[in-house]
Amino acid sequence: MFPEVFFIVSSVVAVFAALAMLISRSPVQSALWLILVMLCVAGLYVTLSADFIAVVQVLVYAGAIMVLFLFVIMLLNLGAVPQLEKIDFKKGLGFVLLTVILAQLVYITSTTSTALSSKVIENPETGSALKIAEELFTRYLLPFEMIGILLLVATVGAVILAKRTFE
Amino acid sequence: MGIPLTWYLTLSAVLFSIGVMGVLFRSNLIIILMSVELMLNAVNITLIAFAQFMGDVSGQILVFFVISVAAAEAAIGLAIVIAIFRNKLTIDVNNIKLFRH
Repeated sequence: MFPEVFFIVSSVVAVFAALAMLISRSPVQSALWLILVMLCVAGLYVTLSADFIAVVQVLVYAGAIMVLFLFVIMLLNLGAVPQLEKIDFKKGLGFVLLTVILAQLVYITSTTSTALSSKVIENPETGSALKIAEELFTRYLLPFEMIGILLLVATVGAVILAKRTFE
Repeated sequence: MGIPLTWYLTLSAVLFSIGVMGVLFRSNLIIILMSVELMLNAVNITLIAFAQFMGDVSGQILVFFVISVAAAEAAIGLAIVIAIFRNKLTIDVNNIKLFRH
């Protein structure tokens, strides 16, 4: 009983916060709403007994990435826009596209979910840091090293991009 | 654990659509980047849900990689935003016409 209630509360809060992020006029408020979405998603990971990923989500997403966003917003000194953009013909077309995407996703979800087992497979080790580390450093060692190189390249690229002035 | 898989997938679809809406409708570059992060999060929910319902740990490792790539993407994207702001003094995508004539 308790996991269902927890799931419903966190998903409702997540959807509400995502919509609030979308329609708030100030970028700082948007970033704070997005942090709330990240925390709710971390709670959902806990209901799936993926504890390590939940901690990583809070540390990396809510902690590091969103602080980076807030830092850039403050650095650029962005205020609130006076009003949101008007809905014109192009945006209406975008809305149609969006409805089609959502309908497709929900249709696929409702028709194919019988292919898998209906319950979480009770395996207390899945989701623990020990099990993930075991797989990460044996079977997925090469992708892990490549992620390290990617992060190095991204760091160097960010410094170069932010320092350089174009013509 | 009695939560059905369909609930997770539906929530993920809704969050992904909200992210698409942000990319399509907002003209602030930083909000667009944040919407991309929201879409990545929605996909992560799907991956974790499938991984746990299959009893496999590979999906969680994929989510771990997605989070790392999202961090790199945020750093590069924000550096580009700073570079654009320094040259154009705006981050409104309607006013950035580098390739449009």
